[in-house]
Amino acid sequence: MSEPYRLDARGLHYRELNRRVREAVARGETRFELRNVNGQRYLADGLTGSLEFDIYGVPGNDLGAFMSGPTIRVHGNAQDAVANTMDAGRIIVHGHAGDVLGYGMRGGELFVRGDVGYRVGIHMKAFRDRLPVIVVGGVAGDFLAEYMAGGLIVVLGLEPRSRPELVGDWCATGMHGGEVFLRGEVDPRRVAGQFALAAPAGPEDMERLRPHLEAFAQAFSLDPEGLTEARFTRIAPLSHRPYGAKYAA
Amino acid sequence: MTTTSTGGDGERARPAATAPRAVRAPLYRPPEFRWEHDPERCARCKRCLQQCGFRAISWQDGPVADPALCVGCHRCEAFCPQQAITIRPNPQYLRPHSLWSEAHRRNLWLQAETGGVLLTGMGNDLPYPILWDHLLLDACQVTNPSIDPLREPMELRTHLGAAPDRLEVAWEGGRPELRTEMPPVLELETPIVFAAMSYGSISLHAQKALAMAAEECGILWNTGEGGLHADLRPYAHRAFVQCASGRFGVTPEYLQAGAAIEIKIGQGAKPGIGGHLPGEKVSQQVSETRMIPAGSDALSPAPQHDIYSIEDLRQLIYALKEATAYQKPVSVKIAAVHNVAAIASGIVRAGADIIYLDGFRGGTGAAPTVIRDHLGIPIEIAVAVVDQQLREEGIRQRASIIAAGGIRSSADAAKAIALGADAVAIGTGALLALGCTLCQKCYTGRCSWGIATQDPALTRRLDPYLGSLRLANLIRAWSAELEEILGAMGLNAIESLRGSRERLRGLGLDRATLDILGVKPAGVGA
Repeated sequence: MSEPYRLDARGLHYRELNRRVREAVARGETRFELRNVNGQRYLADGLTGSLEFDIYGVPGNDLGAFMSGPTIRVHGNAQDAVANTMDAGRIIVHGHAGDVLGYGMRGGELFVRGDVGYRVGIHMKAFRDRLPVIVVGGVAGDFLAEYMAGGLIVVLGLEPRSRPELVGDWCATGMHGGEVFLRGEVDPRRVAGQFALAAPAGPEDMERLRPHLEAFAQAFSLDPEGLTEARFTRIAPLSHRPYGAKYAA
Repeated sequence: MTTTSTGGDGERARPAATAPRAVRAPLYRPPEFRWEHDPERCARCKRCLQQCGFRAISWQDGPVADPALCVGCHRCEAFCPQQAITIRPNPQYLRPHSLWSEAHRRNLWLQAETGGVLLTGMGNDLPYPILWDHLLLDACQVTNPSIDPLREPMELRTHLGAAPDRLEVAWEGGRPELRTEMPPVLELETPIVFAAMSYGSISLHAQKALAMAAEECGILWNTGEGGLHADLRPYAHRAFVQCASGRFGVTPEYLQAGAAIEIKIGQGAKPGIGGHLPGEKVSQQVSETRMIPAGSDALSPAPQHDIYSIEDLRQLIYALKEATAYQKPVSVKIAAVHNVAAIASGIVRAGADIIYLDGFRGGTGAAPTVIRDHLGIPIEIAVAVVDQQLREEGIRQRASIIAAGGIRSSADAAKAIALGADAVAIGTGALLALGCTLCQKCYTGRCSWGIATQDPALTRRLDPYLGSLRLANLIRAWSAELEEILGAMGLNAIESLRGSRERLRGLGLDRATLDILGVKPAGVGA
C-alpha cells in the first residue's frame, strides 16, 4: 500500500488545510494522515469517492459534512455536527463526540466509541439502498433521534460512560421513520414520547442489528459476541404521518 | 411542536389525547361561490366535469355542481366552449356584520367541526395597507432630461453576491494587476428571479417551465427545498439550490450543480413555521427527488436544529462554501419579521453573499391560515430597514438583497430596488403567468390548473414549454417597463436606481412610516 499523504495541521487555518486536502484529492491522493489537528472545521467536507483519512488530534465542527464516500478515522475526540447531511462513507471516532451528530444524514456510518452530546441523529433519513447508521459506544444526550425519518441509531452504554442513563430526555420526539436500539432493558415511558413505541427487540430485529454491531466491534477491536448476545430495546415510530390529524380538512 | 411535560421523577407523562375528534353532524356553512350554468347554451360536452380538479361537478342529465366543493378556481368556466358557466361570489348569504366577517364565521364553524388548524395556500389576502401603492417614483422635467429607451442603451444587468471591502492592485511592469481574490457572483440579465418553489409544492411541469424561462431570460430559478429532479439537471446552472432543515435531496452533486446555494431559514407566508409536505403528496417521483421514502411525511421543521444562533448559521454557510470550494455564492432566505434589520446584519456578518427577504405577503403551497395572515412585516418596510442598517454598519457591499413577498408589477420591482433591493423574486406572479387564479387551495393538491398538484391527470394540463413562453414574456415585459421607468427618471442603468430613495416620495403615509422607509412625502422637492 502506498504511503499516505501527510499533512501537519499545526497552526493552519481550516480554510488553508482544507484547500490543501482538496488539491491533493485533485492530484489523485487517496490516503491522508492529518496530524496535530486542533479544532479545524469542515475536514473532508463535501468530498466524494473512496478516500481514507486518519486524523490525529481533535477535528472541529462539521467533520465529513455532505460527504459521500470517504472513510475517516479520528484518533481522539470529535466536536459537533460530525456527519452533517452525510450521504455515504464511514466515520469512526475513537473518543467522544459532541452535539448534533448525523443531522439529516442519509447514508453511511458513524461509529463513536465514547459518549455523544445532544440532538444526535436529528432528521436522519433512509433512501433506497442508503441506510444511515449511528452507533454510540457510550451514552447519548437529550433529543436523540428527534424528527427521525429513517435509518438506524444504536446506543450501547459501554463503560466507561459519563452517566447512568443511556439517553437523555425527549428521545424520539417527532420520530416518523427509522429505528433506535438501546442496549439493555429501559423504561419505555422514559425513552419514547408520544410519537414512538419502545419494546424489547425480537429475533428479526436482532438479525438486522447484528452486522452493524459486528462492524462496530471490529472498528474498535471489541468482542462482537459481548454486543450481539445482549438484549436490546427497540424504539420505532407510531406513524409515518405524525401530524396528519392536526389540520382541518 | 407538541410537547409534553417531564415528571419530577424523570418519567415522561403521556399527554392526554389531544387529537381532534371530528363531529359528523356538520354545522351549516354557506357556500362561498355560486356556480351558475345556462342550460340553453350548454353543449353537454362534459368538459366542465373533466376539468374540475376538486370533483365539484357531477352529471345528472347535465352538469350539476356541489357548491360546497367549488373553490372558485374558474377552470370549468374558462374551458366551457359555450361560455355557459359563470362563477360568482355567493351574494349576501349571511347577515352582514363588520366585526364577525363572513370569513371569521366560516373559519370558526370549520374548526368547531374538525378541531384542526386551518390551512391555506398562496399569500395573505387580508386588506392590510399596501405600501407600494403609497410610494411614487420621480420623473424628469425640463431641468434633468429623461432618456428614451427606444434609442438609448439601458442596462438592467444585475450582479448578486458579495463585493470585496476594498481592492488591492499591484503594478507589475507598469500594468495594474488585481490582487484581491474576487468572490463568486451571479449575473442576471434583469433584476428579477423566480422565487423558491419546490417540486412537491408545485408540479414538475410547473418547475420545468420556471427553469426553462430562467434559462431563456438569463435569470435564476430556485429549487426550493425539494431536491433537483433529474429532468431539471440541465437547468441547474441557472438555479439556486436550497438547503433547509429537512436537507431533502442535498448531496455533494446537488450543491455543485446549482449556480448558488440558498439556506432557507424562513418564508414570508409562514415565519417561524417549517414546511410539511404530507405523505400523500410524496409520490414516487417526489420521493426520489427528495431522497426519502414514498408516502412518508416530508417535514422541514423550523428551526433547523443545528442552527440556534448567528454563529451556528455561519457554521452552515461555511460548511456549504467548503463543500463547493468557495465557488458558489451562499444566500440566506428569511421571513421579514420585526427584528429583521439586526438579523440581516448578523446574516451578512455570518458570511452570506445574498440575503433573500420574504415579506409577509409571500405565497406558500400550504400554511396555517392564522400564521399566514398575522405574522411578519411587509417587504417594503423590511427592504428599507435592512438596507439602512447594512449601510450604517458599512457592510452593505458584502451581500446583495433580494426582495420578495408581494411584488405584483414592474413598478413594485422598481420601488423595491429604489428602497435598496438588488433584485426582486416573484413566486405568486410567476404562477399567475402559468394560469393560477389565486383560489388559494394549493394545500389540497387538487389544483385544476396543474400547478400545485402531483396528480398526473392534472399536471399534464400544464405544458412546460408553453408555460416557459408565458413566463419569459412576463420577464421581458417587466424588463421593458423597467427600462421605460429608468428612462423617465433620467437613468440608463438599474444600478443608478438601487437604494436611491431620494427618487421616491410617499403619499398618504404617516411621519413614522416615512422615516422608516427613508422617503420624503410627496410635495417635498429635492
